[in-house]
Amino acid sequence: MNVDLYERIWMWGVGIVLAGFFGTMAFATISSGMAPPSHIETIDPNPATVMTDPRVAPQGVSQDADGHVHVRMVGLTFAWLPNELTVPANTPVTFHLTSTDVVHGFEIVRTNGQTTVVPGYISQFTTTFDPGEYLIACNEYCGVGHQTMSAKLTVVPAASWTADRVAAPTPEVADAH
Amino acid sequence: MPIDLPARTDTSERRLILAHVWVAVLAFGVAAAMAMMQAISRANLALPYRSARMYYMSVTAHGVLMALVFTTFFIMGLGYVIARKETGRIRWLGFSWGMFWLALVGVAMTGYTIFTFQASVLYTFYPPMQAHPLFYIGLTLVVVGSWGWVANMIASWRAARSQRADRPVSLAMHATAANAMLWALATIGVAAEMLFQLIPWSLGWVDRIDPMLSRMLFWYFGHPLVYFWVLPAYAIWYTLLPKEAGGKLFSEPLGRMVFALFLVLSTPVGFHHQFMDPGISANWKLFHMLNTMAVTFPSLVTAFTICASLEVAGRLRGGKGLFGWIASLPWGNPVVSSALLAMLLFLVGGFGGVVNAAYALNSVVHNTSWIHGHFHLTVGSAVALTFMGTAYWLVPRISGRQLELGLLAKIQPYFWFTGMVLFAFPTHITGLMGLPRRLFETGYNGAPQAHVWERLTSLSALGGLFLFVGALFFVMVMLGTLLAGKKTAPADIEWAESLSEPAGGYRVGIWDRLGMWWAVAVVVVLIAYAIPLWNHLQLERFGSPGFKPF
Repeated sequence: MNVDLYERIWMWGVGIVLAGFFGTMAFATISSGMAPPSHIETIDPNPATVMTDPRVAPQGVSQDADGHVHVRMVGLTFAWLPNELTVPANTPVTFHLTSTDVVHGFEIVRTNGQTTVVPGYISQFTTTFDPGEYLIACNEYCGVGHQTMSAKLTVVPAASWTADRVAAPTPEVADAH
Repeated sequence: MPIDLPARTDTSERRLILAHVWVAVLAFGVAAAMAMMQAISRANLALPYRSARMYYMSVTAHGVLMALVFTTFFIMGLGYVIARKETGRIRWLGFSWGMFWLALVGVAMTGYTIFTFQASVLYTFYPPMQAHPLFYIGLTLVVVGSWGWVANMIASWRAARSQRADRPVSLAMHATAANAMLWALATIGVAAEMLFQLIPWSLGWVDRIDPMLSRMLFWYFGHPLVYFWVLPAYAIWYTLLPKEAGGKLFSEPLGRMVFALFLVLSTPVGFHHQFMDPGISANWKLFHMLNTMAVTFPSLVTAFTICASLEVAGRLRGGKGLFGWIASLPWGNPVVSSALLAMLLFLVGGFGGVVNAAYALNSVVHNTSWIHGHFHLTVGSAVALTFMGTAYWLVPRISGRQLELGLLAKIQPYFWFTGMVLFAFPTHITGLMGLPRRLFETGYNGAPQAHVWERLTSLSALGGLFLFVGALFFVMVMLGTLLAGKKTAPADIEWAESLSEPAGGYRVGIWDRLGMWWAVAVVVVLIAYAIPLWNHLQLERFGSPGFKPF
């Protein structure tokens, strides 16, 4: 196939740029664990189970024996449980979420903290925050009250923070794959 | 090579094409009205009947009618035009009419459930939100109807190939056949979701559904769906635009490569819509991101070829200097201006798409208003605006009626362009500020973090107004032409000539072997999906009953 010289240069150029895009992201993923939330774990979405299963209940902020901060939350039409949270700043916080009804989208506005919340599955991600007040929204359409589904996240300096409670360490569940 | 047809067959063929255009135009008109309502609602303007229930119904209607009905019917109609030009007739005319009616009955079913508030589940219809069974059955009939078209296009392509021996078919036919094959592969996902999951579950035959499996099957279909929309627009840019602009196609063989690459790479990318989902491993998401970057390549090749073709046109029209050729393009011809403006918007939309596909960046923009800003520049501009321009060219040629309200047609692309800039650019910015998409109200009970979105959201509502005027002009021109256009003899259709065609013409090359590329596509899709799906089915999955919170 006879291809014009300039077009040939262009094709090589865009090929290299695209490879660069992919390479940077793959490198960031491998070297600093910047993968999107991809936890694989299932749970019976029946509300009675969700409200008692220690992986996502009781809902709220807790600290395990190692001092790691965990947030357990449930999405339901049209609220996040609990709807107010206080976590320490500049400290890794691990979120564990599920839904008892339809699909919801957990989004901490103006941070990179977000994950889809799917009934029957546990979503999990870890992130850190600067001090301040944050709006938690639902960004996956969940019904007629979708626009009201929100919660408040307060991030305080680590020194002045105490957990709602100290939880027994959660049994580590490895990803299935 | 044209064949002498009995006049009745010729009339029926034209009617079949126009029937598709009618459905597309009417669906577009209704969907545009729905969009207007959302724009006003988002700007917090008082509107009679304004309610959250009405808003989410209108989002569903807009999505289904624009993304699934307008596009599919227009693409099928255009496909028949291309196949008819290529082989001199539309094959299996009675069967094609049957498939048209089947798809139309499907549209009626789905439309009925949406407008009676029984299916406000959006056009992604994620379970366990559950719509009326006729919503799913109707959409399935649309897909089945489109399979009839797929068979027709592939048969036409094969016939054209055997007529021409070692000469390739026209680039337009090549693109159409590639798109039909892509659609055949892509719709397997949504058909499986409908037949094995959604329909039995919505009818109450099974109690529970696995929402993650549904999402995987939906997005297996959902991304090649966007290429199913884009490829016909590209086909118009390659084969019609250079001619209408007064030039020639710069490098036709690369065009053939582009469409073959889309056939191979469009489908194994669906997880980039599910980066934020649980239940899929990070490594498979990374693999789908690799494929997503790869499928950007044929688009970027297209960008060069089309710009070069336009430069040829501009210089043939007397344009001088580095940029003078741009000014000398026929910006007053709506067939040309709509494509040119569509490309300008697509340039921005395409870069946004790379951001969406970028794994870590996605967590900043996922499901924010950035996303609907993005796809209004892609499907809403690159595709829809190109189709509108194509309709101005196509409908007079098929109907034998002159284009009416030509002035409205001339200014319409500019209204659309202005509206899209005002609508989509602010929504990109509010998206970066975290505004979730698809909200009836954006205020969150006066939460301070929500104030920052207000002004820009009002600006995008103003864009919605411009878009609505543009849509109205388009519908008026179409109805005026189809119902009251002055009768003339139907004109012939001609594709752009190739700039550097060798003496004696092109020979069939490797990129013309679409059957082989389809087989490659199947292999790539198996690599991308077989293992994650198999792993998924090994999980202990509980399933969900249906919910109707609308």
